[in-house]
Amino acid sequence: MSSWEVKTIAQRAAEAMPESVLAGAGYVLLAVGFAAAFMALMGMALIYAERKVAAHFQCRLGPMRVGPHGIFQTVADTIKLLFKEDIVPSQSDKLLHLFAPYLSMMATLLALLVLPMSPVVQIADMNIGVLYVTAVTGFGVLGVLLAGWSSNNKWSLLGAMRAGAQIISYEVSATMALLVVVMFSGSMQLSKIVESQAEGWWIWRAPVIGLVSFVIFLIASLAEISRTPFDLPEGESELTAGFHTEYSGLRFAMFFLAEFINMFIVAGMAATLFLGGWMPFHIGGFDTFNSVMDLLPPGAWFSLKSGLVVFLIMWFRWTFPRLRVDQLMKLEWKILLPIGFVNLFAAAASVVFGWYFFPIR
Amino acid sequence: MDFFFVLVFLGLAGLFVFGGLFASRLLAPHRPDANKNATYECGERPIGTGWVQFNVGYYLFALLFLIFDVEAAFLYPWAVALRELGVAGLIEAGLFILVLVFGLVYAWRKGVLEWV
Repeated sequence: MSSWEVKTIAQRAAEAMPESVLAGAGYVLLAVGFAAAFMALMGMALIYAERKVAAHFQCRLGPMRVGPHGIFQTVADTIKLLFKEDIVPSQSDKLLHLFAPYLSMMATLLALLVLPMSPVVQIADMNIGVLYVTAVTGFGVLGVLLAGWSSNNKWSLLGAMRAGAQIISYEVSATMALLVVVMFSGSMQLSKIVESQAEGWWIWRAPVIGLVSFVIFLIASLAEISRTPFDLPEGESELTAGFHTEYSGLRFAMFFLAEFINMFIVAGMAATLFLGGWMPFHIGGFDTFNSVMDLLPPGAWFSLKSGLVVFLIMWFRWTFPRLRVDQLMKLEWKILLPIGFVNLFAAAASVVFGWYFFPIR
Repeated sequence: MDFFFVLVFLGLAGLFVFGGLFASRLLAPHRPDANKNATYECGERPIGTGWVQFNVGYYLFALLFLIFDVEAAFLYPWAVALRELGVAGLIEAGLFILVLVFGLVYAWRKGVLEWV
């Protein structure tokens, strides 16, 4: 089995810095450029994918006019949004109204910082990785609450309060699922978690427990990023788009972009924690099989897995109807959380007594 | 170095949002008027301000969230070191979680979890 050497851009920058400050600054610029380009391109690609997937689920074609199969449609839309007037309601709190999209964007970018896309494509890799992701994605809810409050609009306030209650409630369940993986891999560092899955992914290596926590994590994360069936904070038919009713032009585009990149981050985190991240599909002991799997580079494995989860999230949108507020709260506090607690305890027992496939190296 | 990048990315987010908005301000038309800047309320003139009191239920859920999130923060170091702690760690954390589960059951019985 080949071994992987993890080297993040932050490490490279730290190594280059003592010799020449210029080289260190070059790596910082590389990271910044990568993240900015990734945000813009991935955002456009995901919006295009969402529209195409939606169209094909409904036996339509979707965007077809701009470019072959409409691939430049989102580029055109982005340019259109750039030329749209920026309307700020005169009743609103103008400073907070401006600050809210920044908070949303910040949460998204900071989470992107630690996502391990391959052994070499990872910007920073701190030892508290999982906790860090939970912490910075928490800023997203501040952006939403601030947007709703500063708009001085009843729809916005109601949408923001719903979103706040929903996001913080489901965060508890998501954390319960994350704790399970931290327990099994014995580390919070994302690259270490990926490496701990060299013998097999946690979703099947921890019998049943892994699958249960994957499902809990997926449901809770969907609620945290307000995707269907949990999109009631933005229910356009009942709340006129909720917290971003009063946002237009590029300010609205920032929320929209952050939301779509959040979807990718959720998919990437689910892939990293439960599906082995960039680690190829390995079964401990089957060295020939594993070396065949190694033929596909780690970056491709990560893209495949996160792409699969993104497709799953888009699929959900056309399968499940939107929940009601009381159903939403019931699902979290009376169903997911008790299951999460039981699962957490079962996971702890199986870590202590070694009830999982293949020992940790 | 990792946390230096966090600072850099805080700046990048600012550049992305405020730079974009500045570019949009240069390119896009900007002709505000009283009706355009009015608060949206489905075509009606809004009655009163949007800053109103809201349901206390939201507050109760925030309190519950606080308890369980702090609990999770306590459990992270335990989860990392669980392999070394062994059965003793399992029992101790089990008791800790049990106390919190009693809290959840209490809230459930009191009807806090019902959405009204």
